[in-house]
Amino acid sequence: MADGFTDTPRFRLIEAPPLARFVLRLPAGALTAAGKAYGLALPEAINRGASHGERGKPGARVALHLGPDEWWLIVPEAEGAEVFAALEKALAAHPRSLVEISHRQVGFVLEGEGAADLLNAGCPLDLSEQAFPPGMATRSLFHRIGLMIWRMAPSVFRLEIDRSLAPYFVASMAESARDHS
Amino acid sequence: MLLIRCPYCGMDRPEIEFRHAGAAHIIRPGPPDRVTDEEWAAFLYLRDNPKGRVAERWRHVHGCGRFFNAVRDTVTDVFVATYKAGEPRPPESAPGASEPTEARP
Repeated sequence: MADGFTDTPRFRLIEAPPLARFVLRLPAGALTAAGKAYGLALPEAINRGASHGERGKPGARVALHLGPDEWWLIVPEAEGAEVFAALEKALAAHPRSLVEISHRQVGFVLEGEGAADLLNAGCPLDLSEQAFPPGMATRSLFHRIGLMIWRMAPSVFRLEIDRSLAPYFVASMAESARDHS
Repeated sequence: MLLIRCPYCGMDRPEIEFRHAGAAHIIRPGPPDRVTDEEWAAFLYLRDNPKGRVAERWRHVHGCGRFFNAVRDTVTDVFVATYKAGEPRPPESAPGASEPTEARP
């Protein structure tokens, strides 16, 4: 797929390294316990993301609050089993659902001064910095497919796409990039 | 593009992230052994089709995933109010309100 990737002076689309991903559903009362076990406080406000560490490097943690009781946790591939065990242990007393979705999705990073414009070629969200400031994370649409958008910095977007739809996404991106170049 | 306010996300979001999910506040009759065929048929199939404001279920399917309720005007397609599932239909007080339609129990 690499040959289809978009790389221009205004934006660059790169694939994230292999990562372990989890969907955690849990009541608000268990948030502190989950954050402690995970090593990163889960964001309380909805549609917010938090992270520390460098993507794919040991110790990196990502927590995205995408639904009222739903968080996505993304960690380096090698640490998935360890994180899963730690959370299960810490949350044993709480009603919860912790499901691994590592291979359901692939991750991308879209960066560059034109990144928001390129994303808006297929995404109907208002991606101005007032409406969608860095730190925001949400599911939305890109043309005909669903995706997760997390704005890490004003011109850096972290995206998650269902694996089987990734070729469509990459091709649509390349086409939109031609229109914007 | 029509914007709909998701009561869970607390944001105005594009219409195409949402799915319509039928009339709101339809109460399931019960218990099952005491429900007549007529009552059950009414629960399943009989709906009002008023001109004006209606309470509907919507789902923010390409967002937080939640079902919620919305009061929408079928003439103007304006979303008068959106509110969380389980909350009562809000009173009609918005400026420029047309005559409120009869709410189902």
